[in-house]
Amino acid sequence: MADPMRIRAIMAGDKVEVRVLMSHEMETGQRKDAKGAVVPAHFIQSVTVSCAGKTVLSAQWGPSVSKNPFMHFRFKGGKPGDKVSISWVDNKGERRTDEVVIGGG
Amino acid sequence: MPLRRPQALLLAAMLLPCLSPAQQDTQKEIERYRQLLAEGNPAELFEARGEELWKVPRGPKKTSLEQCDLGLGAGVVKGAFARLPRYFADTDRVQDLESRLLSCMVTLQGFKPEEAARNPFSVPGRPSDLEALASYVAGQSRGMKLAAPIEHPKEIEAFRIGEQLFYRRAGPHDFACVSCHGENGKRIRLQELPKLTDPNDARKIFTTWPAYRVSQGSVRTMQHRLYDCYWQMRHPQMDYASEASIALEVFMAKYANGGEIQAPGLKR
Amino acid sequence: MRRLCAFAVVALAGCASGISDDEARLRAERVFRESFTHGNREMAVKVEKQDEVQAWCSLYRNQPPRDVAERIERSQAASIRYPASGKLLGDWRQGEKIAQDGYGLRFTDPDTKRANGGNCYNCHRISPAEISFGTIGPSLSRFGALRGTGEATQRYVYGKIFDSQASTACSQMPRFGHNGVLTEEQIMHLVALLLDPDSPVNK
Repeated sequence: MADPMRIRAIMAGDKVEVRVLMSHEMETGQRKDAKGAVVPAHFIQSVTVSCAGKTVLSAQWGPSVSKNPFMHFRFKGGKPGDKVSISWVDNKGERRTDEVVIGGG
Repeated sequence: MPLRRPQALLLAAMLLPCLSPAQQDTQKEIERYRQLLAEGNPAELFEARGEELWKVPRGPKKTSLEQCDLGLGAGVVKGAFARLPRYFADTDRVQDLESRLLSCMVTLQGFKPEEAARNPFSVPGRPSDLEALASYVAGQSRGMKLAAPIEHPKEIEAFRIGEQLFYRRAGPHDFACVSCHGENGKRIRLQELPKLTDPNDARKIFTTWPAYRVSQGSVRTMQHRLYDCYWQMRHPQMDYASEASIALEVFMAKYANGGEIQAPGLKR
Repeated sequence: MRRLCAFAVVALAGCASGISDDEARLRAERVFRESFTHGNREMAVKVEKQDEVQAWCSLYRNQPPRDVAERIERSQAASIRYPASGKLLGDWRQGEKIAQDGYGLRFTDPDTKRANGGNCYNCHRISPAEISFGTIGPSLSRFGALRGTGEATQRYVYGKIFDSQASTACSQMPRFGHNGVLTEEQIMHLVALLLDPDSPVNK
């Protein structure tokens, strides 16, 4: 099981500002190990963010995204106390979901 | 060691739309790159994992590290990193953070010394507990001023030994630490080099380790920094938590004392 | 060496912390030996034992007194071997590759068949196209255009790369020829990189 994400969600004016750190190897499938064998690709493929049950962001990722990715975005329609839920699924079918409550600005 | 190009810039640039127009100056570009990265330092993930490792019972004795004495008394984590390296009476030697973590893993948790030190530097797919623990403990001194003591005779001796090692040239390239860290304002390629005997530089740099290294996709510790320096210097592999490494840390700490701890930091 | 050590004690004495500099040095040597025990033994033996020049430059922290500096420069100048062919200028294209390449002699560089690099760009500005250059050494930009490309300059540059301490005792620059890091042919390619009129360095 992957390590938890670190999520911060705060109000910035009328928008919710979210910062997320995800713990993931994000192997490209092009790197070789010390013995010269190709390290199999292993990366997050889709990311979904919902707030109060409504999807506010969905993204398709590939192997060009860095290890331990950081994502920063804003969305409208959230308010302090709402829950922001973030999920990812990787190319091996592993998944993780974490939640945070929106704080005041 | 297989390294990956830093790709986080692309990601950060993609997701942070409000950037100034392209700047030509290389140094400014690097500065901008660092700022983008600093928005989300993945070292936080390591701090979180380290805190959990600190608190969970582990090892043959099924004990947590919560009673580990990092110098300010058993169980005190807050501020302990700001007072390291230092002399410890129970081991009768000067220890840095990582050396002390090993001691606690052995005495409190019952690990054999070689087990405790088996995986100090992570590789992809094999995370290091020591990197996570060091991140957690260092983060608990964030914002405090470094005040490593150089008072006990063994601390003074370590400083004197570290000083000798700093200037010691050897190997096929004739390198010593001072080859790269003896003058202000120098670079290797585009990487600026601190003059480690200048408090202005030392305070800014020594206090940022451990740090997440984007090019390595992991937190790296001060022990790794030294190991990597000696690798560049065409020396053999430096032993983890060796006496020479700790002596060099004491030497550097003398000039860095007074600097604000900004660890775990973030580097290329 | 003994005479020089005695000089050093006088020069550097006066630290207030219990042990003399000589004692600190002895302890540092012991600590050094005990801190590189798990890796390649052959490499460890080589770094444990400093040659005379390394020992002096460490002792004087790269600022040797004049008599020591002269001894170093004399002994190092005598160690330079110029190519028997008399030819000093190689191929600047090869030189550029060597200047870029940092491979070799690290404990993770197991391929002894692959040639060592010179890693010149780590410390020097050289060709204008390469903007990722270091500043530990002086800029070598337009070196031949500024200094001339005649035989005297070629010999100077060859000698400098072969053993920088022949002209500057305790220079920070590796002694690439003296220490066997680069071959005669590789050094000739680097001479060409700096001095060949067709090299981008001189364009």
